[in-house]
Order: sequence, then C-alpha cells, then structure tokens
Amino acid sequence: MNSRDQILAAVKANQPELTPLPQLDSFFKGQETALIEKFTQVLNGIGGKVIVVANTNEIISLLKENYSLDQIRVISPLASMQEIANNNIDNHNPHALENVELAILPAHFAVAENGACWLDESILLDRVLPFITQHLILIVNKVNVLPTMHHAYEKIGNEQYGYGAFIAGPSKTADIEQSLVLGAHGARSLWVFLV
Amino acid sequence: MKTLDHAERADIFNEDEKRVDWHDETLWWIRQKRDKSAHQIPEWEDLRETASAIKSNTLSNLHDYLLEFEKNALQNGVIIHWAADAKEHNEIVYRLLKEKGIDKMVKSKSMLTEECHLNEYLEHQGIEVIDSDLGERIVQLAKEPPSHIVLPCIHKKKEEIGELFHEHLGTPKGNADPQLLTEAARVHLRDTFLTRKAALTGVNFAVAETGEIVICTNEGNADMGAHLADIHIACMGIEKIIPKREHLSVFLRLLARSATGQPITTYSSHFAKPRDGKELHIILVDNGRTRQLGREEFRNSLKCIRCGACMNTCPVYRRSGGHSYHNAIAGPIGAILAPNLDMKQYADLPFASTLCGSCSNVCPVKIDIHDQLYKWRQVLVKEGYTTTAKQVAMKTMATTLSSPALYKLAGKAARTTLKYAPFMVNNKFNAWYLQRDMPKVPQSSFGEWYKINRKKNEQ
Amino acid sequence: MKVALFIPCYVDQFYPNVAIATLELLENLGLDVSYPTSQTCCGQPMANSGFEHLAGGCNSLFVKNFSGFDYIVAPSGSCVLHITEHLHDDDQPELAKHIKETTYELTSFLTDVLKINTLNSSFPYKVGMHQSCHGQRGLKLSQMTELNAPDFSKPGQLLNLVKDIEVVELDRKDECCGFGGTFCVAEEAVSVKMGKDRVNDHAKHNVEYITGVDMSCLMHMEGILNRQQSPIKIIHIAEILNGVKA
Repeated sequence: MNSRDQILAAVKANQPELTPLPQLDSFFKGQETALIEKFTQVLNGIGGKVIVVANTNEIISLLKENYSLDQIRVISPLASMQEIANNNIDNHNPHALENVELAILPAHFAVAENGACWLDESILLDRVLPFITQHLILIVNKVNVLPTMHHAYEKIGNEQYGYGAFIAGPSKTADIEQSLVLGAHGARSLWVFLV
Repeated sequence: MKTLDHAERADIFNEDEKRVDWHDETLWWIRQKRDKSAHQIPEWEDLRETASAIKSNTLSNLHDYLLEFEKNALQNGVIIHWAADAKEHNEIVYRLLKEKGIDKMVKSKSMLTEECHLNEYLEHQGIEVIDSDLGERIVQLAKEPPSHIVLPCIHKKKEEIGELFHEHLGTPKGNADPQLLTEAARVHLRDTFLTRKAALTGVNFAVAETGEIVICTNEGNADMGAHLADIHIACMGIEKIIPKREHLSVFLRLLARSATGQPITTYSSHFAKPRDGKELHIILVDNGRTRQLGREEFRNSLKCIRCGACMNTCPVYRRSGGHSYHNAIAGPIGAILAPNLDMKQYADLPFASTLCGSCSNVCPVKIDIHDQLYKWRQVLVKEGYTTTAKQVAMKTMATTLSSPALYKLAGKAARTTLKYAPFMVNNKFNAWYLQRDMPKVPQSSFGEWYKINRKKNEQ
Repeated sequence: MKVALFIPCYVDQFYPNVAIATLELLENLGLDVSYPTSQTCCGQPMANSGFEHLAGGCNSLFVKNFSGFDYIVAPSGSCVLHITEHLHDDDQPELAKHIKETTYELTSFLTDVLKINTLNSSFPYKVGMHQSCHGQRGLKLSQMTELNAPDFSKPGQLLNLVKDIEVVELDRKDECCGFGGTFCVAEEAVSVKMGKDRVNDHAKHNVEYITGVDMSCLMHMEGILNRQQSPIKIIHIAEILNGVKA
C-alpha cells in the first residue's frame, strides 16, 4: 500500500463518529453600524491609513503631493490612474517588478472589523505586486465596506480565483523584542482610499 | 546521551532571574493584547465554540474531506503528495528540488518542517535553506530552534540580535535598534527572494470544498517567496483541512486575535492554482496524526490552529522558556502533542504544568489542554515511563492514605519532619526548603482537636 | 441539614485552625455538622502524578466516610474539584455519584446553597485575594480573565459581607501561584519563581494579608513570604469569614 492509501485507511479506521457542522447564521446579526468609521479606526490602528475621497482626481492629486511620481516606477491596472501610472508589466518575469515604488490597485471590498481589503488575481496584475512594491495604495468603493469576515466570505461566495488575499495594513514584524516595525518584507506603507 | 528534561532546563533558565522577568512580562503583554482584542468581540465565546465544532466535524469526516481536498486541488492544477512520516516528507521535498536541479531554497514559517527537522536533512543533502520569517532567520543565524511557534526568537534580547546581524549581515557593531535590524534583514532577504527558484511554505488552512490553501503572515514573506519562485512547495499536516471556504471566516477572526491581539494578520493569502507556467506542490503529512486521531482522549489536540495563545498565557512557559520543552512545539499544546510522537522522549512534558487551566480558556478551538495533560500523566505512568522511586513513593502514599490508622500515624511523623506530606514525595533533597520555609507545625492535628472538643459528634 | 466536614489531609495536619474556623462557621449558621474521623485524603496527589489507578483505596474510603449526608463541605477548591471530577467506586456507583454531586467548596456552599447575605465578622486589614486555579477555573468560583463573560466572584461576594476589610485589586487577577501539587518540588525553580511573582503582586499593592480558598497555594506562598522575612501574612478565607480571634 502506498502512503496515500495507508494514511487514508488509518484516518478511516481512527476517525470518530460523524458530528454535525455548526451554522454560522448568528454571526451575521447586529454588525451593520458605522462601518466606515470602524474600518478607518481599525486600519489606522494597525499602521495603515484611510482617506475618504470624492473621486479619483482627488486621489491623483493627493499622490502627487506625497510622491515624486515622475521619479519612481508606479504601476496600476486602473484606467483612471494611467496619468500617473502604467500597467505595462511582464507576468512571465515577476522579478522585474523589484523596482516598483508604488502600486495602485483596486480592491473588491474592505472589512470593517479588521481593516482588511480583499483582492483576487483578476485585479492585481501580478500576484507579487502588492508585496514587492515599496508602497501600496488600495482603492475601494465606499459601499463595499462590509462588517465582518462572515460577510466577506459570503461576498466571495464560490468565486474561482487562482489566488486572492486579504491585506490589512503594511507589512510588519515585531520579532525583535516585540518592537513593532513597519516594512518587513512587503509594502512599507498602505493607504486605502474610500471612494 | 540523556537529554535534559524540562525541569533541568527550567533550572538553567531560572539562573538569570531578571531575564525570566523580562521573558514573563513580554509574553504576558501579548496575553493582555489578546484579552483586549477578544473582549472587543461580543460573540467571542460563540466563535470559539463554533470553531471547535467545525474542527470536530472535520476530524469525524477527515477521510472524505482529504479526498475532496485532493480532488479539487488536482483540478486546480496543484500537485499533491502524501507523506506517512517525517522521513518521507523530507525525501519528497529533496526529490522535488533535485529533479529541478535546485540547491537553494527560501522557506517561510512552517512548524511542520520543524517537527520533521527538514532544514537539517536538506543541509545534509547539500541544499541551502534560508528562513525568511525575521524571527526564524534570527534563530537560524544563531543556530537555535525557534522557542515559540508564533514568535520564534521571543527568548532573544535585541542586543544579541544586533550582535548576530553584525556578524552575519554587517550591521554596525553595538547597534540594536529594531528598525535598523529589520531593514537590514529586509534588504538581505529581498535578494534571497529574487534569486531562489524554490520556495517552501507552511499552510494555515486547507479548504476541502475548493482545494485552496490559506497562508497567514504579517511580514509578507510567504508571498514574496512563493510568487517569485518557479516551484512553491506547501507542507501541511492532514489536520489542517477545514470543510468549507465560509469556515475561514471563523478561523481568521480567531487566529490573529488569539495569537497577538491583532484583528487579522497583515496577509491572509489564498492559493488555489499555481501561477501560469509555475508549479504548486502540496505535501499532506501524517507523522503520527492518524495515531493521535485514534486516541479518543487526545484526539482534540488535532484541532490546534497554532496560534500560540496557550504559550503566552502559560505561567510555566513564561518562566521556563520555549527551549525547555525540547520539542518543535513548546508550551501546553506541545506537551500534549509531543508524547504522541515519542512517549519516552517526551514523558516529562505533561508534568511541566500546574494544571492551572488557563491554556484551555484561551484556546480558540477550545482544546481541553489541561485535562489532556492530566490524562497523558495517567497514560505515561501506566506505560511505564516513570521512575521506580516515584512508583514506590506513590504506592507507599496510596497505602498510607487508604488506611485511617496508618494516616494518623504518618501524620504525626509528618508534623515533625514533613516527610510524608503529599507534596514531599519522591525527592532525594528537600526541594521545598531550598527557597521556601516549612509551615509552622501545630501542636495537634484537627482530628485530634476534634476528638477533644467535639466528642459528642464523633461517629 | 446534615453536613459532613471534609478536611484536606494537609489542613488536618498543618493548619487545624482553618478546619476549626470552617467547622465553627458552619455550626454558627445552625447546621448539623460532623467530621467523619476516619477520613484521610481525596487521592489527588496520586492522581495528578499519573497514579490515579492507585487512588482506589482512597476512593472507597471516601465513599465509606461520606455516605449518609445531605452535603459535604470542604475549605478547599482543589480537593473538591478532584472529588467532583474523579471520584468513582465500582462497588457503589450510586453512592459515589451522590457524593460527587453534593460535595461543595466552602464559599460556593455559602453562596449557592445557603445563599447567605450577612456575616458577623470584621477584618480591618488590607487583603489580597489569591484565586486558586482549581477553585476558579475548575469549580468556576469566580470569572476567569481569559473569557469574554460577565464578572462574578463567590469568595469576593462573601468578603464584601465582612466589615472593615479592604480587598485590593491585583495586577494579575488570576495567575497561578505555582504550587501545583508535586509540581512544587519536581519543578522547583519555576514553582518558586511563580510563587515569588504572585507574592510580589500582593506586596506591590501593600496588602497585610493574602487570603484564598485553598490552603495549599497559601502554604506555598507563606513559605516564600517567610523566607523573605516579609511582614505579609496568609490567612484562609474561612478564618476571615468566621471572624478571626486576633
């Protein structure tokens, strides 16, 4: 017998009698209030920054104020950002993204309880982009701030992505004496624009 | 060679009391952050109950879930391997690397590979492994195992890390600024990520329904490794399965809050399919898990999601350090997992506890950890993993305490020497007296007092 | 109401005053209390060391001694927890079951069965309450800091009935003291360190007494306090509730 069959046989022999799966319905109730405030408070608390804007022009001017955009490599798949970014990348060579300074990506939705944003492969240009970029900008529609992770997975449903990630704040570590340092291996900063 | 047991290692750890205080306070601070975070969620206890029930269901239907996971992962273009034990797991990893002619690999955190001693094995085969989690990289440079599953170098002072980085990464001597040290590691490891063709990661959750795996990090190191490599190898114990994608909501709400008090880890990455033209391999490992599944009393230990909360709260762990457990997984959870791997080698661990029960209360999947510690003690004694001296002492005590006459006699003696007091058994030296005074000895026992003062009531 | 007094073996031998206080306290509440004089030990020291299978003699003796009462009361959370979790007697399962269900730790007996709301005692001192783990987490005598659940404390509720007492709030409300039965000698270094840290928390809040429901924890901390020549004294909660003759 090979290891696969051997393991499966042992599992079958040793697993206990079937117990029921619990329902998750109760977790959806009473979570709907002040979502943008909650999201802002939580993400700011974990090192990110939330900025509520009226339109994409506002985003562009804020980025112009804060970055020397003409001197750095800025990548974005968004048509509305092509004035300051480009979407010209080679998916067969993700290593070539190593000099990206700023990535501006849309996110499907945000989660108020933990400050996370969900992005799947369809919108992030390259899997490594949100990680390899020095700084990350995410843009989320205000109506897409969901209360909890239960609502988040309800929204994801049975979407067939190859890859997807919740991103909550900049990359960080506290491995050295529990001192929090932002910018471990991934993006050093994360701004989320709520439009 | 006899390895030191937990108590002996704890003795050494306690030689530097200031350091024990520092270790204790650091971990207690994390426990407090966990409390604060958990107490902000009104439905917290329901979440724990639900997570536990999902894991119960998983274990009760694991055979079918494993098949479902395999089928869906294969459909996603993932390559699945099965390993009966640590040896087979390590050989699979080596074979995959060898086939591709790869001799350098970057690895993110995986407690399973610690359990299997993968790094040592690969180094023997001439493969260079670089750990990319900052804490793991630090202990790797120090040539030590991690002392905590979530905070691998929690036992190290920043000055020691500064020294290591000066030696290995050329940071300025005497500089122990966490910001500077982290930046140095970032630069050093970016180069590693960009030049490694193979990346190995652990797995936090594997969803049967979709065949996807979820990996949680704060640093982004698992993603940096996996997305830049030609081949991504993900290693998981078979108990990492969960039935449905929607169940991730429950576990992701609990995991980081329990671990560090964060509302969620920075990255919760869902890998369903390999990148175009690249390979994703998943190794499903047993290594004693099916045996534990068959032990009714200890089965629940397989629910563990490796948050480390039981370590942070454990008053013994905080004052003995992770290395005192001489096992890949330290602390209370390690002490109930390890005897399943090797009863003889880890017979001391279930005794490294006061059975205070705090571990079971913080556990996000409600493992009855302290009850299992108690039960392991019974099993280990019955299986003969105890000393003859202890056996003799316990038998004497049982005889004495089963006989009112003998007990009264022994009590009298005890009041002068404390020799037979229950807490004094089996010790060559009087360990009580080293740092504690004896209770003051009363003139008579309560029994004797009662005889004189409440004679009318006597039966 | 016929009540049997169950006195832990080390209390019988080393802290008779705690047993006397418990007895008097219950007697003063008008209960018919008797002390089965053939009692020895609940068997916990063996069981927690992995030798539960040797506790059969203790179990039979316990069942023999404590049959025929409405309630069994002990000034100890730890020993009561052991009885309620592990007492069994293959010859007399029904009797053993009845005993398990009617054995109470002193403070919960006072709050849950007798439901007392006055006490005739005064204790004009600053006191730190040590939460013994087996009483707290095992018998749920008070809320545990790990859980997200409403606060309560049965011993605390009783101390509130004592006049002139000042109970302080500790930094770590329910950290283990490190006694742990044979742990206290098998893991001497950690046990002592835990005890020192617990004692320091009380000292930091300037207590004059440390009290609790379990004499074993208090004995361990007393050993440390006395070695440090600390002025802080330990006192079992039964003695405070009964009114200490100072």
